[in-house]
Amino acid sequence: MSKLVQALNSARVRGWLYQALFLSATVALGWYLVSNTLTNLGTRGVATGFGFLEREAGFEIGESLIAYAASDTYLKALVAGLLNTLTVSAAAVVLASILGVAIGVARLSSNWMVGRFAAVFVETVRNVPLLLQLVVWYTIMNRLPSPREAMEVLPHIFLSNRGLKFPVFVEHPGHGWAFLALILGIAAALAVVRYGRRHRETTGKPFPTLPVALAAVSLPPVAVFLVSGAPFAFDVPVLTGFNFEGGASVSPEFTALLIGLSVYTAGFIAEIVRSGILAVPHGQTEAGLALGLSPAHILRLVILPQALRVIVPPLTSQYLNLTKNSSLAVAIGYPDLVSVTNTSANQTGQVVEAVAMMMLVYLVISLLIAGFMNWYNQKLALVTR
Amino acid sequence: MISKLQAAALAAVVTLPLALSGTAQAGATFDGVKQKGYVQCGVNLGLYGFSAPDDKGKWTGLDVDVCRAVAAAMFGDAEKVKYTPLSAQQRLPALQSGEVDLLSRNTTRTLTRDTANGLNFAPTNYYDGQGFMVSAKLGLKSAKQLNGATVCVLPGTTTEQNVADFFRANKMNFKPVVIEKNEELHKAFFAGRCDALTSDASQLAAIRAAETSNPNDFLILPELISKEPLSPAIRQGDEEWTNLVTWAFYAMVQAEEKGITSETVDAAMTSPDPDVKRLLGVTAGNGKALGVEENWAYNIVKQVGNYGQSYERNVGAGSKLKMPRGQNALYTEGGIMYAPPLK
Repeated sequence: MSKLVQALNSARVRGWLYQALFLSATVALGWYLVSNTLTNLGTRGVATGFGFLEREAGFEIGESLIAYAASDTYLKALVAGLLNTLTVSAAAVVLASILGVAIGVARLSSNWMVGRFAAVFVETVRNVPLLLQLVVWYTIMNRLPSPREAMEVLPHIFLSNRGLKFPVFVEHPGHGWAFLALILGIAAALAVVRYGRRHRETTGKPFPTLPVALAAVSLPPVAVFLVSGAPFAFDVPVLTGFNFEGGASVSPEFTALLIGLSVYTAGFIAEIVRSGILAVPHGQTEAGLALGLSPAHILRLVILPQALRVIVPPLTSQYLNLTKNSSLAVAIGYPDLVSVTNTSANQTGQVVEAVAMMMLVYLVISLLIAGFMNWYNQKLALVTR
Repeated sequence: MISKLQAAALAAVVTLPLALSGTAQAGATFDGVKQKGYVQCGVNLGLYGFSAPDDKGKWTGLDVDVCRAVAAAMFGDAEKVKYTPLSAQQRLPALQSGEVDLLSRNTTRTLTRDTANGLNFAPTNYYDGQGFMVSAKLGLKSAKQLNGATVCVLPGTTTEQNVADFFRANKMNFKPVVIEKNEELHKAFFAGRCDALTSDASQLAAIRAAETSNPNDFLILPELISKEPLSPAIRQGDEEWTNLVTWAFYAMVQAEEKGITSETVDAAMTSPDPDVKRLLGVTAGNGKALGVEENWAYNIVKQVGNYGQSYERNVGAGSKLKMPRGQNALYTEGGIMYAPPLK
């Protein structure tokens, strides 16, 4: 008896006990909600389950990375929507990062004009709701001339309210090999970067990393392309009937969403970058100058490695926000995951399943991004020797 | 933040009431409505002619009149209705979960909705069909000339599937632009983002009447590519309620057939016609069978009007839409509106 009392008084045992109680209460509540929902849907004669994924979808999707037609299944439609979400998110993350870093650095510029301009940009885009910005971008896209009066911005490149139409190479197996060579080239460039860093650290002498790496990326695919004998013929867009035939295109919906998400997020990233750089004491810069480093070297070798430790964690949240904000696509007609899922839910009436799937997919994407960024953050973390 | 809010709202709308409410019982809706003293009616967020608030904030329209007719039958007062404006996505969950008692929101009756979605349908109050609206400048005569066109579509309806079916059946291609908000969709169409706008023909007429400066610049192509029997819906499992909604609408049609309007209904009380006597409750029986007062149909006609009056006032010659009666005329006048005998 006294042992039991003793155990109950132990902080560790009590901690476990409370956690076990809390966990079972949570599980019980979740189980109750799910089972009660299923029972009530059942008594009301509403179909449940995921069988509908195998049925024919019967609706078209405006743009898709995979070959999709109305005769395909709901599952394939959802995959097409998911890929659209991932495409626009990935492109916007890259664009927002580049733009954000540029604006963030510009805001610290000693040039009054540049600094003010960056400040006005940041304050504007951060303080206007994203949905409004998207609608504005989309309205601008729609104000472009119609296909019949399309602007030919460059030879055979047309800009109209149906999007940007541009020529592409006529398909040839040589393209696949060139793409493979590009991947190998990227791997080679990474190796060059690694070697350059080691060379500098061991000998103290600089290594021309950038030109060598660029050559490693660009030369192999070009060489393979020429050797494989891929023709230099273009598939050129031509105006027929309602619209252009041939060539490739970027839709106004995609463009508006990409610009809107990138610009909006860049405003936040700029502030994160600025705060990261300001977090590095000025003494570091002075020390670098005293060592005779150039301003570019100081930024790259002294400031950025320290600033990135401050920048990366909040940057992760921005990437997560951007991905989730891409669901605003429904407002301007880009067929993302939410748009396709909404249509599927409506046609099948299985809203609970559809919403649950959407939540799960966004959760997985967000966790993957967060996982990657945490890994990167750990890599950057201060190593105490 | 529409989509996320909407998704959250959807999830909440769908799961919470279902998760928390008990099991439905037969007759529960009928008794529930009677007890609380008003009909909770799901209507469109704003579709001119069908359900939209007027300049005084009062809901009017062909669909709204069904809600009012049911309230008149149940309570003898057409004003005892509370309206829940619903988006296309929200409407079925709102009805399934019991948030509304009656869904009168230009909803197409389909097999899936009638079965797997757990709904029942009252008789069709508007026979519609999906059409295409194009700019008159294009010089098109037929929807069969739309090969390669970009088409603006509103999601959350049977519309997306119909247009895909039509193009597949005619071996033509098209690109959909699917925008969730009506205003944005119409703006995109009028800005020339799409060659055609597709929707139910009645809605196209409403959009053309309300949103263009010169309606003649736009043409509704003659082909109707689908059958859209727009019908009020109720939950399964309450036959009394289904009966009342069904026959409240039939009473409006029957009144038109007998030439009884809200102006002449008082005089018609003394009519020698046995059908009219039964309809207006002079000969008792119908009210008891439905579980309401015997003068239920009198109240409908007096306060809401007959079907023809409702049509003319909301979508017909007396409105901006100027839709011809077409299929919605009585069967005696070349249409398919037909009420079974009220006896």
